[in-house]
Amino acid sequence: MSPIAFVYLATVLFGIGAAAVLTRRNAIIAFMGVELMLNASNLALVAFSRIHGEIDGQVMAFFVMVVAAAEVVVGLAIIIAVFRARQTISLDEPAELKG
Amino acid sequence: MLDLTWLLIAVPLASSLVLILLGKRADKWGHWMGVAASTAAFVVGLGALIQMLGLDSESRTHAMHLFTWISGGELHVDAGLLLDPLSMTFVMLVTFVGTLIHLYSVAYMEHDPRRRIFFAYLNLFIAAMLLLVLADSYLLLFVGWEGVGLASYLLIGFWNHKPEYATAANKAFVVNRVGDVGLIIAMGLMFTAFGSLSFSDVFAQVGDVSTAQLTAIGLTLLVAATGKSAQFPLQSWLGDAMAGPTPVSALIHAATMVTAGVYLIVRSSAIFDLTDTARLVVTSVGAITLVMGAIIGMAKDDIKKALAASTMSQIGYMMLAAGLGPIGYAFAIFHLLTHGFFKAGMFLGAGSVMHGMNDTVDMRRFGALRTAMVVTWVTFGLGWLAILGVPPFSGFWSKDKIIEAAFVGEGWQPWVFGLAALIGAGLTAYYMSRLFFMTFHGKARWTDEMHPHESPWLVTAPMIVLSVGSALLGWFLASGDRFTTWLEPVTGHVEEHDPVMAVPLIMTFTLLLVAVGVVVAWLQYGRTEVPTEAPAPSLGTMLARNDFYQDSVNRGVLQRPGTHLTRTLVYADAALVDGAVNGTGTGLLRLGEFLRRFQSGQVRSYAALLLIAVAGLIAGVVLGVL
Repeated sequence: MSPIAFVYLATVLFGIGAAAVLTRRNAIIAFMGVELMLNASNLALVAFSRIHGEIDGQVMAFFVMVVAAAEVVVGLAIIIAVFRARQTISLDEPAELKG
Repeated sequence: MLDLTWLLIAVPLASSLVLILLGKRADKWGHWMGVAASTAAFVVGLGALIQMLGLDSESRTHAMHLFTWISGGELHVDAGLLLDPLSMTFVMLVTFVGTLIHLYSVAYMEHDPRRRIFFAYLNLFIAAMLLLVLADSYLLLFVGWEGVGLASYLLIGFWNHKPEYATAANKAFVVNRVGDVGLIIAMGLMFTAFGSLSFSDVFAQVGDVSTAQLTAIGLTLLVAATGKSAQFPLQSWLGDAMAGPTPVSALIHAATMVTAGVYLIVRSSAIFDLTDTARLVVTSVGAITLVMGAIIGMAKDDIKKALAASTMSQIGYMMLAAGLGPIGYAFAIFHLLTHGFFKAGMFLGAGSVMHGMNDTVDMRRFGALRTAMVVTWVTFGLGWLAILGVPPFSGFWSKDKIIEAAFVGEGWQPWVFGLAALIGAGLTAYYMSRLFFMTFHGKARWTDEMHPHESPWLVTAPMIVLSVGSALLGWFLASGDRFTTWLEPVTGHVEEHDPVMAVPLIMTFTLLLVAVGVVVAWLQYGRTEVPTEAPAPSLGTMLARNDFYQDSVNRGVLQRPGTHLTRTLVYADAALVDGAVNGTGTGLLRLGEFLRRFQSGQVRSYAALLLIAVAGLIAGVVLGVL
């Protein structure tokens, strides 16, 4: 099985993740979309690593995982804070930063 | 007495200020104070004249330092007075004729509630004119120059409750400003060339600078002179200036204002002597104005406007003479002096006629006034004979000399200028006789409510004095070349010149043309009935009656393009400059409005933007655009 197939898969996963972030109102679902996109990029990094026979792609994947974990902490905290303030986790309602 | 010259200016000026400041309290006696101030100036002038006559002709130049006026950097100007035969001549003319006009005004303005102010302005006029002729530098002369401009503006618009009178005053003022710009530029050029503006410094150094510079100075001085002296092409204000009270017209035309231009040219003779080009232009301007004014005078039915056209034409003679150079300077001033007398006399006569005819100025409504106004008729008649140049009256001695001088020279010039002067004499005879016959002879054409009567003695007395001057002054000053010898220290000694035609021949031609002019005028306006309504004019009459459409020409050539230019500039300013500035502002505003829509505050739209941007960047990298 050619490693390039993993890159295609990563692309598809990234598209699904992006679509989830853009279309879903629910913050949790959108969050999951973000995770999906991160995983897609991890997959792509590992696939490229294999294609080139180097390991720096895999190393970067670990970095991404660390960032993702940190992001989950911050993101969930924000979602909870928003929910506490407004009793909703819809992404469209809070628009205080409107220009 | 020579050291008291400053009194000449100070007394009328002080009187003028007092009359203005005292207000209504001076109403009862203010006019007499005005007369007294003018008379005092005359007495001082007379004393100075007598003292000057006692000196040798070389030592008749009396310069007097008054005070340091401006001292800064390279510019150092002293206020000083210069009394020499030329300025003395003007002092006598201004104060003597001026005083007579003051006296006349006492009666003429009797019923005017603002008579006191009128005399304040008259005194200001006299003071400004005396400052003009007595100044020893161009800069101080300029003060007087502007002073007469101001005084004439105030006096022409004295009855400014009528809008057209106020307009006339504005017109005189504005046209004069055009000339003044010439004088200012001339002063700038002189300062560049000589580093000084005083007459003595400038005239001492005229030999050191190039002819081109002198020509430029001469021409700009001429621009100034054309403005003040109502010469072509800045003559259009003079006819309208008739809106002022008649004594004002007499003062402006005889003794002050319009003579200033001739004075300026003759005073600057040292400059003009060295530049033939500028002199030729001066002569041409004089010749054009002389013929043009005469033609305009032929068609005017308004007695004051006809006299105004006559002044323009006579000043044209003086300009012509002044442009001829040394042979003409003395005659220019001589004619100015005699003209001052007869023109003042005739203006006062016209005022007397108007007084008797309920302020009518239309000559077609006069006629047969000689029996009703004997004194006016006789005094006006003497002025008429004088301006015609009939020997032995004043005008003959001065005008004939100018015509002779115009025929002196080489090439085409004597023929053109000489013939212009000669023809001008014939035209003068025609229009002045027309005026005279229409007013005093023929059948009476006034209506029943008019009761022409002679004016009171206060009005007629100055006219009588002036008419004596009109009759005898020329002969007195010409006999033994008294006047030319008197002016020699200023204008230089001139050897006899032979005109291109023999002198007796010129004189015969002149007198013949004058006779023809008078006879034609008599046939048309003396013997036959004059229609009370002006007949349908021929093309030429139309031209002359409308001052050769000078106003329209000015409007078309100068005002319109000026208006269009400024409008274009205003439009350009509004559209381009303001447009660019405001456009930048509104453009940024619009951009902000547009960008603000992306700042929706919605997380998902930010995410979408982010995605699009990243996708764009990647696409750019992949396609190699970035």
